Amino acid sequence: MALATARPCGDFRTSYAADKTIFPTRGSLIAALVGILALLALPLVLDRYGLSLLIYIGIYGIGALGLNLLTGCTGQISLGHAAFFGFGAFGSTWLSNKFGVPVALAIPLAGLMTTVVGIVVGLPAARIKGLYLAIATLAAQYILEDFFARAEWFSGGAAGAHARPYELFGFRLAGESAYFYVVLAHLVVLYVFATNLLRTRDGRAFVAVRDHYLSAEVMGIDLTRYKVLAFGISTFYAAVAGALMAHYVGFVSSESINILLSIQFFAMIIIGGMGSVMGSLMGAAFMVLMPEGLELAVHALRSTSWGDIPQIVNGLAFAKEAAVGLAIVLFLIFEPQGLAHRWRLVKAYWKLYPFAH
Amino acid sequence: MSAKVLLEGRDISLGFRGVKALRHVSFEVREGELLSIIGPNGAGKTSLLNCISGRYRPSEGELFFDSRPIGSLPTAARARLGIARTFQNLALFAHMTVLDNIMVGRHHLLKTGFLRGGLYWLGGAQREEIEHRRRVEEIIDLLEIEHIRHAVAGTLSYGLRKRVELARALAIEPRLLLLDEPMAGMNLEEKEDIARYIMEVNDEWGVTVVMIEHDMGVVMDLSDRVIVLNYGEKIADGTPQEIAESAEVRAAYLGSADAAA
Ligand SMILES: Nc1ncnc2c1ncn2[C@@H]1O[C@H](COP(=O)(O)OP(=O)(O)O)[C@@H](O)[C@H]1O
Ligand SMILES: [Mg+2]
Repeated sequence: MALATARPCGDFRTSYAADKTIFPTRGSLIAALVGILALLALPLVLDRYGLSLLIYIGIYGIGALGLNLLTGCTGQISLGHAAFFGFGAFGSTWLSNKFGVPVALAIPLAGLMTTVVGIVVGLPAARIKGLYLAIATLAAQYILEDFFARAEWFSGGAAGAHARPYELFGFRLAGESAYFYVVLAHLVVLYVFATNLLRTRDGRAFVAVRDHYLSAEVMGIDLTRYKVLAFGISTFYAAVAGALMAHYVGFVSSESINILLSIQFFAMIIIGGMGSVMGSLMGAAFMVLMPEGLELAVHALRSTSWGDIPQIVNGLAFAKEAAVGLAIVLFLIFEPQGLAHRWRLVKAYWKLYPFAH
Repeated sequence: MSAKVLLEGRDISLGFRGVKALRHVSFEVREGELLSIIGPNGAGKTSLLNCISGRYRPSEGELFFDSRPIGSLPTAARARLGIARTFQNLALFAHMTVLDNIMVGRHHLLKTGFLRGGLYWLGGAQREEIEHRRRVEEIIDLLEIEHIRHAVAGTLSYGLRKRVELARALAIEPRLLLLDEPMAGMNLEEKEDIARYIMEVNDEWGVTVVMIEHDMGVVMDLSDRVIVLNYGEKIADGTPQEIAESAEVRAAYLGSADAAA
């Protein structure tokens, strides 16, 4: 399979359109289609637990992609991503509960609402950089957290808000197997959109602003406009992810929207790869699966003779808590370009196979 | 030399906390001309270019491009008028491919915003990308960088990066091209290549060029006119011949520097 996705030597592209395609070979297109078919069939084979993990990966993957467009592609740090995730979650429940907006519509509408908030935060943020921007977005996080806790009309305040199940044209899509498709559809649309964005004018402008803002200006790129636009698009992604989470879990509480979640989003894009679309999904998968893997390990250990030694079991349980931090540090040291980069290296290896050294 | 004036600087002064980088500099650049700015290090050459491109705001004086004042326009707006530049120190988008770097130069000519960009096949973005890619390939051909079009800019050699920077500036379709030491740090062969490209752009494409260059041989060969700066002041302005013969220039610059060439 890997061989088929790699571009064989001597496969020259003869048109500009072919040169810009997402799928460099027929093989890679087929692989993608087979992959999507396989994903569509997953609810037939996976149990609810497995599907719920995939749903979480999809939701966090959308949120992480939003942060990656802002931080990885445009070079603007944000520690307030969770707040926008939360705004989308509350916004969608508010729209559907208060105004009877169908959930399928409330999710993108909440995304647009949050985009307005993101632009308001992004406007002053466009004037500051680096650590100052980190602190400013952290402030936005705390302000919005406080808003969620107090604004009972919007978020239900301390009690939180119940979210209606997903409905499309009167059909209820609840339960893992149905909701899996809901998340998958959002995921595919938003990932294809971001991939396209990054190979056209405004996406290139984002990366230009990140790589060399003086040059970007000289190329006619309005820095403020693009920094604010990046905030807007990033918050839209965060909000759609939050809304999808709300209607999956059925409940949103202001406590779950905290700085830790912001940091977890950050970890996802560091681990997956800064500026990489698919890396965002890989990072989300890593962050969802790692604690599950450790849980399994602790569980397995309990049933062995070592399971009687409390230090080891407790130590592992503790390691599970610390694992997020540890993973970030290890990735920063050993794989600073993230999983996406490692994946490219593996693909490049297969492309040259059997002549790789 | 009766062509119309494309760029005019009137009485430009620029100061940095006490340091006077430019003092009452006035100059004209005519359409189609290749004008060189020379002068010792620290004379204010880069500062003058920065004033034209919009990076610095002169503390006094006014700039006119195509007869309209541009002094209050931000940098990006000047690019849209057709003022392009390269930098003395490398300033590529290091993580982008050469092609993408050059396509960024087309920014102000492309129409598709983020929505149509994201929809790619539906909103016409694909068609537009391909259209502009044709022109970009012409620029790539001129500068002979076909072999590196898919390379990531940050991985290229110094000489190639300078070339890509020139390509990116040309992608703007400039009416005025500002070059800050385009041949610095190059060997003879590379210099000859760059000189050839600049001449072609100036002669064949009709782009007006303002170039800062230290290599007097190149300056004398290529320029229609030369301006000499010294301590922020314009001390001479004339044909290469006149400059070479000017006693004041010899005293201030040629005499002190390695002016044998
Ligand atoms: N951003 C700046 N801040 C302070 N001083 C500057 C700045 N840019 C240039 N200068 C000063 O202005 C003078 C002219 O510099 P510059 O235009 O770079 O000279 P050149 O390009 O002719 O070598 C120098 O004395 C330099 O130190
Ligand atoms: Mg200089």
